[in-house]
Amino acid sequence: MFKSSSKNHSGGDMRLASGGRINRDKPLQFTFDGKTYGGYEGDTLASALIANGVHLVGRSFKYHRPRGIMTAGSEEPNALIRLGEGAKIEPNIRATQIELYPNLKSESQNRWPSLNFDLGAVNSVVARMLPAAFYYKTFMWPASMWMTYEHFIRKAAGLGKAATDHNDPDRYEKTNAHTDVLVVGGGASGLMAALSAGRAGARVILADEQNEFGGWLLSESDTTLDGHAADRWIADAVAELEAMDNVTMLKRTTVFGYMDHNYLTMMERVTDHLGETPKHMPRQKMWKIRAKHVVLAQGTHERPLVFGGNDRPGVMLSSAVRSYITRYGVAPGRRAVVVTNNDDAYRTALALVDAGVYLRAIIDMRPAPATPLVSEAMRRGINVYTSHALVDAEGTRHVGRAKVARINPKDGSITGDAFYLDCDLVAMSAGFTPIVNLHSQARGKLDWDDQQLCFRPSTYHEAAQCVGASNGIFDLGDAMADGAKAGAAAATAAGFKGSDAKAPQVDAPVQDYRPLALWKVVSDANPGAGPKAFIDFQNDVTASDIKLAVREGYHSVEHVKRYTTNGMATDQGKTSNINALGIIADQLDDKIPNVGTTTFRMPYTPASFGGIAGREIKGLFDPIRGTRMDQWHHDHGATFEHVGQWMRAWYYPQSGESMDDAVQREVKAARTTAGLLDASTLGKIDIRGKDAAEFLNRVYTNAWLKLPVGRCRYGLMLKDDGMVMDDGVTSRLGENHFHMTTTTGGAAGVLDWLEEWHQTEWPELEVYMTSVTEQWSVSTLSGPNAKKIMNKLGCSVPLDDENFPFMSFKDATLAGLPVRIFRISFTGELSYEINTPARLGLALWKNIMAAGEEFGITPYGTEAMHVLRAEKGFIIVGQETDGSVTPQDLGMDWIVSKKKDDYIGKRALERASMSLDNRKQLVGLVTENPKDIIPEGAHAVLDPNQPMPMEMLGQVTSSYYSPNLGKSIAMALLKGGHKMMGETVYFPMIDGQPPIKATITDTAFYDPKGEKING
Amino acid sequence: MAQGIDRGRTGLPGGKPKYSIFSLARNAASYHQDWQRAWRAPEPKKEYDAIIIGGGGHGLATAYYLASVHGMTNIAVVEKSWLGGGNTGRNTTIIRSNYMWDESAAIYDHALKLWEGLTQDLNFNLMFSQRGVLTIAHSWGELREMSRRVHAIRLNGIDSDVLTPEEIKAKVPLINIDQSIRYPVMGGFLQKRGGTARHDAVAWGYARAADDLGVDIIQNCEVTGMIRKGGAIAGVETTRGTIKAKKVGVVVAGHCSVLGEMADIRLPIASRPLQALVSEPIKPELDTVIMSNAVHMYISQSDKGEMVLGAGVDKYNSYAQRGSFPVPEHMIAAAVELFPILSRLRMLRHWGGIVDTCPDASPIISKTDVKGLYFNCGWGTGGFKATPGSGHVFADLIANDRPNKIAAPYALDRFQTGLLIDEHGAAGVAH
Repeated sequence: MFKSSSKNHSGGDMRLASGGRINRDKPLQFTFDGKTYGGYEGDTLASALIANGVHLVGRSFKYHRPRGIMTAGSEEPNALIRLGEGAKIEPNIRATQIELYPNLKSESQNRWPSLNFDLGAVNSVVARMLPAAFYYKTFMWPASMWMTYEHFIRKAAGLGKAATDHNDPDRYEKTNAHTDVLVVGGGASGLMAALSAGRAGARVILADEQNEFGGWLLSESDTTLDGHAADRWIADAVAELEAMDNVTMLKRTTVFGYMDHNYLTMMERVTDHLGETPKHMPRQKMWKIRAKHVVLAQGTHERPLVFGGNDRPGVMLSSAVRSYITRYGVAPGRRAVVVTNNDDAYRTALALVDAGVYLRAIIDMRPAPATPLVSEAMRRGINVYTSHALVDAEGTRHVGRAKVARINPKDGSITGDAFYLDCDLVAMSAGFTPIVNLHSQARGKLDWDDQQLCFRPSTYHEAAQCVGASNGIFDLGDAMADGAKAGAAAATAAGFKGSDAKAPQVDAPVQDYRPLALWKVVSDANPGAGPKAFIDFQNDVTASDIKLAVREGYHSVEHVKRYTTNGMATDQGKTSNINALGIIADQLDDKIPNVGTTTFRMPYTPASFGGIAGREIKGLFDPIRGTRMDQWHHDHGATFEHVGQWMRAWYYPQSGESMDDAVQREVKAARTTAGLLDASTLGKIDIRGKDAAEFLNRVYTNAWLKLPVGRCRYGLMLKDDGMVMDDGVTSRLGENHFHMTTTTGGAAGVLDWLEEWHQTEWPELEVYMTSVTEQWSVSTLSGPNAKKIMNKLGCSVPLDDENFPFMSFKDATLAGLPVRIFRISFTGELSYEINTPARLGLALWKNIMAAGEEFGITPYGTEAMHVLRAEKGFIIVGQETDGSVTPQDLGMDWIVSKKKDDYIGKRALERASMSLDNRKQLVGLVTENPKDIIPEGAHAVLDPNQPMPMEMLGQVTSSYYSPNLGKSIAMALLKGGHKMMGETVYFPMIDGQPPIKATITDTAFYDPKGEKING
Repeated sequence: MAQGIDRGRTGLPGGKPKYSIFSLARNAASYHQDWQRAWRAPEPKKEYDAIIIGGGGHGLATAYYLASVHGMTNIAVVEKSWLGGGNTGRNTTIIRSNYMWDESAAIYDHALKLWEGLTQDLNFNLMFSQRGVLTIAHSWGELREMSRRVHAIRLNGIDSDVLTPEEIKAKVPLINIDQSIRYPVMGGFLQKRGGTARHDAVAWGYARAADDLGVDIIQNCEVTGMIRKGGAIAGVETTRGTIKAKKVGVVVAGHCSVLGEMADIRLPIASRPLQALVSEPIKPELDTVIMSNAVHMYISQSDKGEMVLGAGVDKYNSYAQRGSFPVPEHMIAAAVELFPILSRLRMLRHWGGIVDTCPDASPIISKTDVKGLYFNCGWGTGGFKATPGSGHVFADLIANDRPNKIAAPYALDRFQTGLLIDEHGAAGVAH
């Protein structure tokens, strides 16, 4: 009974004096659109608003029609709320899913200036001009105006407004779990499944989207289990499951994705219901589950009836009305009309009467229902109008009266005069749709049930079973037995001895689950002219819109969906799909199963991006790799640059130095005395096995079989299309043991590549590859004074060219540290790449710096390294190459064996176009004005004054000012470049400056004869 | 409107009633009961002058241009399911032409020029919106790559502007340009003429206009075999009977290898899943299309208000229109990293399509060894933006039995000669 007796539907206390699962000892305050209201712990925002007599909670997407709360669950299309404050604001949250917490702040959406007075509602007035897809037919003239039209269309569209402070203060976690049985949905049949599987000893995860287990049983007051109220059985079942170590119970957890191989994703809303997130807890946690078997117990969605004004606030799903009364202790109205095509709504009618609501009538579209529920309603003196339909739910911001008429149930035609019933609540039911979303995501198939008018699961693609209502079994006792059986079978399939948990003795009203098959909208108006009867409430799609689409030739269900936007709203068609199919089938004079269904896709209900991203953002978005010497570089003022996952010391500016100053100083030092580079990031792969040399012989273009132990060789690796992929120096440590180096950015890709060839093409080769990049620190000492510094450091091996020639390596000690020294050079100077076990890297580096101090040793970064190698004309893979460059294009024919039978890329290099004269070839460039530095990426043309599009020769790949040469140098890939030595080309500038003029040269700018290699 | 492109007979010359604000008003008066069908549902004839297999955007565009430019109206489009149901209906709708290679720039800009004015050509509002496509660089290497692109693009006469992080922030207030993040925004380049279009409308607009010119669009008609006579095509076997034709164009993204096999043609194609997703709709926050290679994602906001996100292809071959979860997982992390506002928005819908990719990440528009049989495929992740250009040059190839200058580089024999158009190098995910 009501505590107050106000008759004003738009206000007043609608809380029932008793009942419900709310905690009446814990009153809470919350605000909606700035006004403060009261509710209780255990309320949803929706139930609390209804308790306060607030039904108008939003405006619709297109027509800005007043909208109220229609459902009591996650399928709610109307009551979308902007929840929270500041950085915690979330738009588009369903009021039916928001658990009330103290001082909750909420706002309505899509209205201006206010919910009661919304200017957008003018769309409703011109609605006749705005049928489905009207926007494809207009806004085309003049063409130049489209962007303006669109600006206003965009402003009108969208739902809620996102947070203005964009820095989400909350934390999100992820976890992975394996389980024997995942039970999705903790209603009656889900609990039974979990009991069967849990008792068998299987690891079980039971996930339910709501704040407590029990599902729809929590909303039934007319049902007993084993002679007790349903909630007692639920409590016992939950207590038993919670006591099992092998069972994990997750409330507020939505399974939203079902992928191949029983891989499912779910989002646990850990603290959303608290309002404040405790510091030590995440807001949400995403679970990634691998389940041996899945039991889907998702239940059903009730379908709205399609009649004029069915979107009016105060028109609700029948089962939702029952839920608000029984579960939340609120009456959604004072004078109710129940309208239905099936038995279930009679239970709502009885609940309304029991709650003291004045029930005007039950409008039953069926001709002569003679079921126990109908008899019971009549016995209790309820007016039951059979063969009648609701034609229009009239009202402005709330339903005020229902227009009712007698119909012919076969064709929906009106056969008698209409009459009106005053009411402030319409409870509607058009039957139930099993929730098969996850089943369909997992590629399960569906069959149409012509009796119950719904799709039911038929065949499965994964190890899964739908149970209970989601399996089309609506009778509670049968559904619970179905769940018990599936739980046992799942446990058995997972290797346990499962047996069916005994279903309780159910005492509930006996129901006929066959709704009347009548999809036509009952109307006394001309076609298209009646009041709007909605199918997709959120997207404002009406029955007329669906019919229009079909008339225009959009017959596929996918076409109808996309043309009208039916089913594309944030509820993804949960309440609209079947109604739309019914109308399409009617219109095409076909059967629903022939019309087909649209594809169900992840997520079942929206999942937060924050939750899916988890902690893989900010510093953890991608790991930063660093060397053992990085701290030293930081301490010495280095600036760093990104190279793949690495941050590398780029240059070391001294006080007051610009980047150019610093780089030039470093470059000069390396040529005139000594420079030291941290080369630890270079990829390093340890290769062993009796076929190691043969393997290298196949992956590099040059010959490797006869490389002596102790010697190093430079190699180019090609993709199978003949294009340069990576390069590096590889050394023969032993007969069957090599140390390969790769580019810094290419290391992982090269290992991947080698493994792929080994594993898929040449499994017969005995070769083993291991990444050792992280195991070595590398200091590269370069310059004319390098040898002196090595000697000063007490190098344990002789350094003369005879004993330690260029392109060889030695194991030695240096400064007392174990090292492997490679005499190789990327600068053209005498150079030692000194490898030491990673942990000793910093010590070695410091020792070298100390020993070199008297010579003016200078640490240099990657930028100086680039200039130094460019002075020598050495390429960098990824800079001089882009996946379309052959060794010949680079002028590196010398490294391509003419004798080898085969190597990766050989066949591709024999293709006709590989020897064309107009291929882009690597050349050097010297600018006319030695101070002009051509921007890297600039393109060469012969005639800078030609019209667009210009005939381009190719692009500059590297370009620097060379302090050692005192002029600008560049490398470029130019069409036919090798035959253009000495010719002049121009580089048009994109910043409006005049073109830069340059001469084509060889790429070896500095020490072309290589005389400095020995110091 | 671009010069030099033959746009054919535009504006529904076949006599269909045109769409306009006036037709809307007129039909409103009769409660929208009298709208004409957008296209017929004809029974297949026994023979046509040409058959296009595949009723997606490219196939319908091909048919439309065959009819409107080349006057071939006795033609049919056969589609195994519903028109526009393949990649046309499941892409992220991005349109741009700022490609690096001359051959790519030529065909994508040809397409872009056709996009400009296509709404009026077809009398169907495609919501082609030139809101700009901004590609972001996150490292010096990427900036160098960007410079190369911008120089090439500009000298190809295509618009492209370089933006600093501050200019990017001014244009896209949502973006995080904090230089301390893992991959900071270091710069970007903008193609102002780029943007988006309503993907379904493209298929419907072409279908309606082609139908207007007499083209038969036959849905729910799957090709099951190719009929050949003496090295030439003679028709196709379908689930709705044999249909004869001396010219057959195959435009079936996702399944071109399957169709190729029917004619004993082995294509250098790998078919892989590509995934995309949208958020719940919010009020306008993002006007520009943003693409990023380093963090691997692209994003725009649709007219409906949804944030539309995409990333790279899954790494395995598949014909199932679904992908693996790590791809969207990473894509979303990348999006949250660049646009922290997304953290408290929610994923509404996720889907997958199948893209056919060539080794050089460029398409095939080609004659084959079977006379009269033509293939247009291998667009990878870049197909939607090319739709009008692809249809236009493919129609030209079919009508004249020789490729024009734009189509010529895309012939199948490039995999023998090695004259590849390698968009891998600089393309990354950027489609």
